[in-house]
Amino acid sequence: MSLISAKNIDFSHGGQRVLQGVSLSLEPGEIVTIVGPNGSGKSTMLRLLIGALKPQKGSVTRKPGLRVGYVPQKLYIDPTLPITVERFLNLPHRVAAKDAAAALETAGVPGVGQRQMSQLSGGQFQRVLLARAILGKPDVLMLDEATQGLDQPGSASFYRQIESVRRDLGCAVLMVSHELHVVMSASDRVICLNGHVCCEGTPEVVSVAPAYRELFGTGTGGALALYRHEHDHGHDHDHDHHHHKHEAAE
Amino acid sequence: MFDDFLMRAALAGVGTAIAAGLLGCFVVWRRMAYFGDATAHAAVLGVALALGFGTSITLGVAIVALAMAVLIHGLSGQGAAIDTMLGVLSHGALALGLVAVTMIPGQRIDLDAYLFGDVLSVTRFDLAIIWGGSAVVAAVLWWHWSAMLTATLSPDLAYAAGINPRREQLVLTLLLAGVVAVAIKVVGALLITALLIIPAATARGFARTPERMALLSVGVGVLAALGGLRFALIFDTPVGPSVICMAAALFGLGTVGAKLRA
Repeated sequence: MSLISAKNIDFSHGGQRVLQGVSLSLEPGEIVTIVGPNGSGKSTMLRLLIGALKPQKGSVTRKPGLRVGYVPQKLYIDPTLPITVERFLNLPHRVAAKDAAAALETAGVPGVGQRQMSQLSGGQFQRVLLARAILGKPDVLMLDEATQGLDQPGSASFYRQIESVRRDLGCAVLMVSHELHVVMSASDRVICLNGHVCCEGTPEVVSVAPAYRELFGTGTGGALALYRHEHDHGHDHDHDHHHHKHEAAE
Repeated sequence: MFDDFLMRAALAGVGTAIAAGLLGCFVVWRRMAYFGDATAHAAVLGVALALGFGTSITLGVAIVALAMAVLIHGLSGQGAAIDTMLGVLSHGALALGLVAVTMIPGQRIDLDAYLFGDVLSVTRFDLAIIWGGSAVVAAVLWWHWSAMLTATLSPDLAYAAGINPRREQLVLTLLLAGVVAVAIKVVGALLITALLIIPAATARGFARTPERMALLSVGVGVLAALGGLRFALIFDTPVGPSVICMAAALFGLGTVGAKLRA
């Protein structure tokens, strides 16, 4: 059975229809990425899946006892609230000190346990959020634009971290992103969302789908290629494709 | 020891400071100060209604504060301009209470006691209510601490962990009404919010974790309560405002101290 599935979701906010007839499901161990332009309902979809929002129509079904590790888009901690990384990792459930240290190591920020959350850099902060999410031994990891505010090398390395976490834990990963080239190359399946599911499939299939090209322009074909080029060490085309990617992401 | 009015006043102050110090941290973290004001001001209306219906003042205050708390909680879910709404409710309830008190037939009551507190007149029964109320507040906070803290950091993180942040907020709101009912006799309706936020704000500079901040906040509150009482006896000033002055002075010292330490 699927870990989590949504059926025919309709969701409106303030009289504005955000999602219409959206169905999707997540199988154990797969990496699925939801892409879509701004305002396409990507984050809303994720919040429906974690139960923070209730759909007006349709249903969300979770496997009983499903453990969700959620990495939010951004987390604002009020300056009046003092909290160390270690204390943060112990929310909402206490964990053993050695597990906390191991999770920080896995997430790529070893040894920051005693730092205040407010003293972390943007990249460290997101990795601590990731560490907290994996501490609960999740069946599924959900990431909402988790690399916002990180520079390109930073977000690329963050997504590599996600892949290695998936390898280690064997959990499914569902992420929302606008960074098409990085994210799509790491996904098993891509769902292109714009109020409804426009197209869905492997990155190769989606990147040539007419609906996807309509949303993001043809440049994104190159964006996916950029990733391939990098692996081929084809740096000569790098700059060109880079440019395309930006156009596409905007 | 309960025979001595000074001892009773000190115990009342300490009991209130414990509940207010703990809950005050959440009031500060969640920026609920205005929320506290509205609940506290509604207490004056509670006093008027209790006198009108001839029931116990504590009961009247508790019921009206609870009603106000639930009303605000409902409104805060609507996503409207909550600040403005709180302002209307807060001052509306206070004004209505002040008017209603004068309309009660019979003897004119000493409203100052409810606006600014009257800790020197606490009875054994009051003490039982104060300590009982404080114990309930502390126990519920202990029970809900992790869930509330998670919900305070991020409602979405709470949802993902199976915690309903709206429910945690409702519990906090109800506790706030409880603290108002407990504290009105000690510092009065107008200064309850001060007792909630000043000790917590003072503790902030010296704490590395939320729990440490909560404990320090209780310590500061107790110190302010006892110091303020002593000050009031020496200089013959009203106790409630003296306690808050003491808390504010500690905040000032703490702020300077934290700056020097850094």
